[in-house]
Amino acid sequence: MGYEEVMEKVTEIAREIFEDEELVLKDETVAADVDGWDSLTHLALMNEIENEFEIKFQMKEVQGIKNVGELVRVIVERIS
Amino acid sequence: MYKFRELKKAAKQETEGKEYRLAVLGNCATQFLSQCIAGFSHLEGMNLKVFDADYNQIDAQLLDPDSETYAFDPDYILLYLASDKLYEEFMGLEMKERTAFAEDIMSKLSAYWDMTEARSKARILQMGFTEIDDRAFGNYGLKISESFSYQMKKLNWLLSDAMSKRKGVYPVDLLSVQLSLGRERFYDPVLYYNAKVNVALESWGYVAEQVFHVISSLQGKVKKCVILDLDNTLWGGVIGDDGLSGIEIGELGRGHVFTNLQLWLKSLKLRGILLAVCSKNDEDNAKLPFLEHEEMVLRLSDFAVFYANWEDKATNIRRIQESLNIGMDSMVFIDDNPFERELVKNMIPDITVPELPEDPALYLSYLQSLNLFETASYSKEDSDRTGMYQAEAKRRESEARFASLDDYLQSLEMEGAAAPFDELHYPRIAQLTQRSNQFNLRTVRYTEDEIARIAEDKDYITLYYTLKDKFGDHGLVSVVILKKISETEVFVDTWLMSCRVLKRGMEEYIINRMVSEAASFGIKTIKAEYIPTAKNKMVEHIYESMGFDTIGDGLYSLDIESFSKLKTYIS
Repeated sequence: MGYEEVMEKVTEIAREIFEDEELVLKDETVAADVDGWDSLTHLALMNEIENEFEIKFQMKEVQGIKNVGELVRVIVERIS
Repeated sequence: MYKFRELKKAAKQETEGKEYRLAVLGNCATQFLSQCIAGFSHLEGMNLKVFDADYNQIDAQLLDPDSETYAFDPDYILLYLASDKLYEEFMGLEMKERTAFAEDIMSKLSAYWDMTEARSKARILQMGFTEIDDRAFGNYGLKISESFSYQMKKLNWLLSDAMSKRKGVYPVDLLSVQLSLGRERFYDPVLYYNAKVNVALESWGYVAEQVFHVISSLQGKVKKCVILDLDNTLWGGVIGDDGLSGIEIGELGRGHVFTNLQLWLKSLKLRGILLAVCSKNDEDNAKLPFLEHEEMVLRLSDFAVFYANWEDKATNIRRIQESLNIGMDSMVFIDDNPFERELVKNMIPDITVPELPEDPALYLSYLQSLNLFETASYSKEDSDRTGMYQAEAKRRESEARFASLDDYLQSLEMEGAAAPFDELHYPRIAQLTQRSNQFNLRTVRYTEDEIARIAEDKDYITLYYTLKDKFGDHGLVSVVILKKISETEVFVDTWLMSCRVLKRGMEEYIINRMVSEAASFGIKTIKAEYIPTAKNKMVEHIYESMGFDTIGDGLYSLDIESFSKLKTYIS
């Protein structure tokens, strides 16, 4: 699965978690840009991504990923 | 199990029906738990509002009478001390202090219960403790009182012991959730260290399910009867084809499987669940194993009702329901045959029909995993319930022999009695308020504790009624609570009656005694109310038929001076 495809899946999940059908994620998107992306929904998002891609994030990834682009890169790396 | 995502979404959804309120207090991050409980309840059709206290606010919330928890006016308060957090406290102790850890935590819990009971009418749901073995002593830790695993096992035991003496505290068995999921699935270290959330997100649903079961049972939603198929359900093989010596039970073939299933059913029966048979068989064939097979655990006397014939099962189940007079939603139908299960599910949507696995070896563990028989009470009378229903069957037989209902009622030689609530009967009285749905005028649920308080309160006149006849003792069948609203007026806060004794003059007897009792307190007027629910339509017009005047929508009044005693054959 390539970068574009992962980004698409992540967007789909994020739309559901943040309950915004029109949400668009870009590489440089950060939590503060998205309505409802707080520490709790962040955990729910990570959980959904883990379920979807059948991976497990490390603690520093859950805490330290800077933006959506980095998140997608970590996922792509994990599943390849 | 619902996905975390579904539960989270459903938490926000509005649900119809009576509103119940739950406050969740924990020493850990409980937001996800609260969301999952709300979501689970909504998906199951219960209108539950959940208040989540902030992280580690138990002391502050319970101590302050003006706290958000008490202001929320909860019906239930869930107290949750997570073992992961306790473990960190434990590790901070000196070695010599560790041996007293379980006792210290238990006295803290008791203090929480005292505070809650002093300030709130909520029932306390107490989360049990999961066990963590830190392997600091290896296996040897089990016999070392300084080890955490030793202290946690002790704590769980102390908790059970303390709860057995506390009427208003109801356990939620968290350890059993952890055991069935396994520690790996139950606990997510990354989540815990990131957010102090000590249960993996996808496992919260299982915890929420248990909390939901306990709350449902407190609302009287309990199973009362198991209807059983026979061939390949209670024994292996077909009695009509294989004969007495060919069916698998006990030593023969897969008999052990069926023996253990029967042993479990027997213990359900002993704790008050009624057993009934619904089988496509000749009646004589069907009864033969229970009469003649030495290794059969269940005997005919264990069944309240026995239907073996060639009619369709839905018809027979309706007959069983009529003769037991309990709701379809309180019955479970167990049958190995998917066709019969489908038919019954389609014809009778309210009944619970477990999808038995194909291999009988899996029946028992599957049925146990469903936790169908949650209860919020247990009293001695429960174990005798089957006998009461069997006596009822004899009464029905005899009824058929009399030309008129009056003749029949007279022949029963019924004797009633009424007395104010006493301590011995608090459990049964509370249980009836929790379980009675049909003959229940206002459906107010009470705990044992509340019943005790009412019994001692001078503003209440309380009565419980018993009935016996020549066939047997019905035990405690009705409860009346009258609340004084002035010097000369009472209001019927509660009137409920067991449906077993319907239409044999007990209603009239109850009113006669209610009136004479009230009169002895100088009461002139009895006010009453009928609050409709989905289930109590049968008593919609009972007050009119007992001579009360209608004074409003569902409101009634009886003038004691002009009351003339109602006719009844109960002496």
